[in-house]
Parts: sequence; structure tokens; C-alpha cells
Amino acid sequence: MTPATFTAVQIEGLSKRFGSTVALENVTLGIATGELFGFIGPDGAGKTTLFRILVTLILPDAGRATVLGRDVTTQIWELRRRVGYMPGRFSLYPDLSVEENLRFFASVFGASVKEQYDLIAPIYDQLAPFKDRRAGALSGGMKQKLALCCALVHRPEILFLDEPTTGVDAVSRREFWELLDRLKASGLTIVVSTPYMDEADRCGRVALIQRGRLLAVDAPARIAASFGRPLFTIRAAERYPLLLAARAYPNAATVFPFGDVLHYTDRRDAMAPEAIARELADHLRGHGLTDVEVESTAPTIEDTFMARMGEPERAA
Amino acid sequence: MTAAPNATAIEAHELTRRFGSFTAVDQITFDVAAGEVFGFLGANGAGKTTAIRILTGLLSPSSGTARVAGHDVYTESEAIKRRIGYMSQKFSLYEDLTIRENIRLYGGIYDLSKDELRDRTERMLARLGLEQSAGTQVRSLPLGWRQKLAFSVALLHEPSIVFLDEPTSGVDPITRRQFWELIYEAAARGTTVFVTTHYMDEAEYCDRISIMVAGRIGALGTPAELRQRFGVESMDELFVRLARPTASAAS
Repeated sequence: MTPATFTAVQIEGLSKRFGSTVALENVTLGIATGELFGFIGPDGAGKTTLFRILVTLILPDAGRATVLGRDVTTQIWELRRRVGYMPGRFSLYPDLSVEENLRFFASVFGASVKEQYDLIAPIYDQLAPFKDRRAGALSGGMKQKLALCCALVHRPEILFLDEPTTGVDAVSRREFWELLDRLKASGLTIVVSTPYMDEADRCGRVALIQRGRLLAVDAPARIAASFGRPLFTIRAAERYPLLLAARAYPNAATVFPFGDVLHYTDRRDAMAPEAIARELADHLRGHGLTDVEVESTAPTIEDTFMARMGEPERAA
Repeated sequence: MTAAPNATAIEAHELTRRFGSFTAVDQITFDVAAGEVFGFLGANGAGKTTAIRILTGLLSPSSGTARVAGHDVYTESEAIKRRIGYMSQKFSLYEDLTIRENIRLYGGIYDLSKDELRDRTERMLARLGLEQSAGTQVRSLPLGWRQKLAFSVALLHEPSIVFLDEPTSGVDPITRRQFWELIYEAAARGTTVFVTTHYMDEAEYCDRISIMVAGRIGALGTPAELRQRFGVESMDELFVRLARPTASAAS
């Protein structure tokens, strides 16, 4: 895509510090209208800072950004009406009911719930049985759905969702992404952040972000494929001894637990994968892991993230 | 220690807790063996938190029995609290205290002697590679480090069981795995680890898992057994199937 097609969000050289902490460092990126775009990274990567700049709540130290063609530092009031924002921390009024919260957020933007009902109906219908309940007394999944309704009720042209699925169980997360798919189908541009790497595949394109820097920006499958070296799974019943034995193999480059297997890369770049697998399996059998299986596997986005993030941050 | 080694760390039998007409925990029965890494999973609202509060001696059950580290949850909750460690996702350390001050504080709470505290502090700092940072305020530590430190502090009084409530939430993928290696090391030393997580790949790292569904235990076993018994590829798939039986049938 050429920069001109990134009509929804354009970010150029954006930087932000808080004291000695670098929250964002020279971030450049574009998002096209109608995209479902994800920022994937752990806590402290800079996702929230970036979202707060894009929704005009804080100012960058350097660089510029436009959302819907409007500058996020100078065209604040024009933008705020057009942008929907769901912050990471639950920020509705806990003492107001479900229905009161929704009416309040609509009225702030001069909208009425009735006029906008078609947009929020698929979500609000699930909340309707609890419409008189205090928002503070809702379950986590329900709070999240109400927050999404409140972010949508003024019919924004672009939606920013900051970690909407953090701390939410795997099933509720899945349901939330299905809602986002439906909203995307209505033409809305959606920008979402998440620390869960497995959610990247739900997005059309993603940016991997770590310590204020973008590690990659592309379609999830292309980022996974960019891993660029042979990757193996190792499986054995005795998992912890397997991990220690694989780490002790002199040719091991990386060894990480991945679900019920280990992911392994080898230092010998020029060697055929079949030969690596065979030698590694022999080595592990020699350590008493007689049931070991080594196979080539396709990298996931988490493999790429780990390969590109470098060493985890030092303690001090 | 003069107590005989106890092969069962947690035994719960038809454990139940009602709040008014709502049954949060409904006759759950399970054992956790000493030194086991036990994953305690369930959707939000399935009753995990209530069950953990009972097992950590913070809440009395309505009926059923449970023993934790050999102590009865009805009558010996104070003894349970001394024998367990607990690490919450939200708050475990005092941010405006230094690393060393936090360790000293917890050592004091658990009545460690001066010598014990000094030895264990130095050993812990060395194991974590934090010797140079002992005077750093916890506030300025990256999240992953804070969580590794909180876990070690929860083990300071050498509890027989440690409860970890979503210890890796929001932690980067490499540090998350390093955290699990600390869990394995603790289990290899004989500590029982009782852990909750929303990362389904981490469910696979447990010796056994249970999945709570609407107050009951919907599945219990090793990940390999559960894959076979339910005919699923992963714990993620099993979790979805159990937690929303109607949704997966409808969609």
C-alpha cells in the first residue's frame, strides 16, 4: 500500500517520553479506511500511550499524526466527535445502570440511543436483560460489551480499543472478536491493541510493538512467515527434563516452551533441517528421553515476536 | 520439619460455597499431589476466585470438606495461611519500597529469623540476578521482573503450596516463559504450584488441569488425557467447548 491510501491513520516519527522512560520512539505507520488493525505487544510496550495520542488525550513530544485526515494536536474538537475510544481500564460510571451509562455517553455527543440503536443492537441485545443493573455489578465480559456500546453510540468513523480482551477468559475473548468482525463488516475502521499474540490472526494487519518501537507491520501470516529460519517442535512426556536437555545441546540457538511442545532453532544455518532434526533427536535420546519426537514446524507470530524483541528488559 | 511428608497437598471433597441463592462453588472434588503444577482454569465468573479464597483460608465453605497442606479449611485457616504462598496478578509487592525492603517486610510477616532472612534474601537475589538492583524501588522494575520477584517473595517462607493468580498477564512472551521456568524449578524442589491463567498455551505446561464451568469441575486430568478423552487438539479447544457448550453448537 502506498502512503496515500492510509486515510484513516497516518503516523510519522512519533515519539513520547515520560521522564526517563521512552514510551514511543520514532513510530511511523499508516492505517487504511476499513481496516481491522492490531497493535500486539506486552504491557509497557507503548500501546496505551500511542492510543491516547491518537484520540487527542495527550500530546506527542515529536512527530505528527493524523486521524481521518485531521491533526491530532490541532484539530482536537473535530476529531473527538468522529472517534470512538474504549480505554483499557474500565471507565464507565459504576453507580449508573447499564442503560443510564449508555444514555449518558450518547448525550455527551448529542446523539440519542434510539437513533443509533441499529449500530449497537447486536451487542446491546445481549446486555438488555441487565439494563437496570449497576455497571459496577456486571461480569467482566458484560462490562466490556457495555464499554464497547458506549464507545459506539455516537456512531464514530473510527474505533480505538485499548486492550479490550486483557484479563478476559479465552471464550469471552473469542466472542468479542466475533463482534469486532461484524463491526468491521459495517465499514468501520477498527484499531485494537492486545497482549495476546494468538489474537493477531483476527486482524487484517498488525504492528508488533515492544518498548516503544515497532518490530514489524504487516499481515499476520506474512509476519509469521518472515521468521526466516528452520523451526522445530520437540515433544516428550517428561517436559522439564526435555527443556533442560534441549538447552544443554551445544548447537541450540533458542529453546522455548510452546503449549505442549518446545520450539527449537539451531545455530547451524547451513545444515539441512532433516539432518538437524535427526541429530537433535539422537542427542535427546542420549539424555534418557527415549520417547522424543522432533519435527519441522511453521513459525507463529509469537515466534517472530520473540526473535525480534531481543533480550527482555533488564531489571535496572 | 517433624511432620511426615504429605503426598497430598490439597484434598477437596464436595466443596460448596453459596452466596444467598447463588451457588458459586458447587460440590467440587479434586486432589492436588505434592510437587504438582496444577492449572486451575475456568471462564470469568465460573467460581475460580471463590474456590481459591476457600483454599487459601480466606473464606469458609458452606459445605463439603477440604484440607490444604494437611489443615482443615474450617478450623485451621490460620495454619493454612502460614503454610501457603500467594501471588496475585494485581498486587503483590509495595511499589515504593525497594526490592530488599519488600523481601524484609515479607520475611517479618512470616516470622523468619534474622539469619534465615539474610540467607534467603541473598540466595533469591542471586537466583534472579538482582544482586545489583536490591536497592531499586519496585516501581521502576519492568512488569516481568516485578512478577518474577513477587513469585520469589511468595516462596520466601518456603511454603508447601503456592497459589498464583494470573501471574503472567500482560507479560512479554519471553519473560512469560522464564516465569514458567521458575514454576518448574519450584515444583522440582517439591513445592506444589496452583496456578490460574487465561493463556491457553500455559494450560499445556501444567501437570494436570481442571476447568471450572458454572461452579463445577467440567474436566480434570493431564492435558494429554483431556485431549484424548474429549477428542480435542488443544486445551484452548477444550476450554471453548466446555465453557460455552451452546455457543459452539450454534456457531
